[in-house]
Amino acid sequence: MDVLYFAWVRERIGLPRERVESDAATPRALVEELRAREDRYAAAFADLSALRVAVDQKLTDFDAPLDGAREVAFFPPMTGG
Amino acid sequence: MSAPLDIRVQAEAFDAGAELNAFAARTDGMGALVTFNGIVRADGGLTAMEIEHYPGMTEAALTEIAAEAAQRWSLGAVLVIHRHGALRAGETIMMVATAAPHRADAFAAADFLMDFLKSRAPFWKRELGPDGASWVAAKDSDEAALGRW
Repeated sequence: MDVLYFAWVRERIGLPRERVESDAATPRALVEELRAREDRYAAAFADLSALRVAVDQKLTDFDAPLDGAREVAFFPPMTGG
Repeated sequence: MSAPLDIRVQAEAFDAGAELNAFAARTDGMGALVTFNGIVRADGGLTAMEIEHYPGMTEAALTEIAAEAAQRWSLGAVLVIHRHGALRAGETIMMVATAAPHRADAFAAADFLMDFLKSRAPFWKRELGPDGASWVAAKDSDEAALGRW
């Protein structure tokens, strides 16, 4: 799947998107896999309550099913308007 | 019939007055027209702002929010224009316009659109000031505002 990062999540991880091979069942499980990779991921995902997640461009929660997802995005709370 | 939704996400500056006039011309016959413009504030020496967004999801989220407004209130048309990229203090960031037969619907729909657009459309603001750049933090009050609806 494609994993996308925005705003300070993108800055901490150091890239806007990457291809990730994962069987994670939920965004929370995917975060655990990413956290285990490197410190920069652990830093970006230190506090999930400060983050939001979208699966296939729909805002959802960290325990939503990832079954068949093509795109998962992690970002801080939005500040539009 | 549902109200036409005009949703635009763009880097380019736009003329809010011209957009308002064009919107008014398209919604001929509506008794009420409400607009809101968001402007880059010049708070605390802020000189510029950068707005990041999530191409694809942004348009989908804005369309969903506008469609929800058109379901809840009797509207003739909805316009949302939101910029991304670099903006200077004083520039127009975004514009919402609603047209309705009566003003209560136009006001309520514009208020609803702004509340949801602030915390449900994937935009992130980064302010550039004398002390460098910082991401704008979402306010608890923004999230709480959604509870009004």
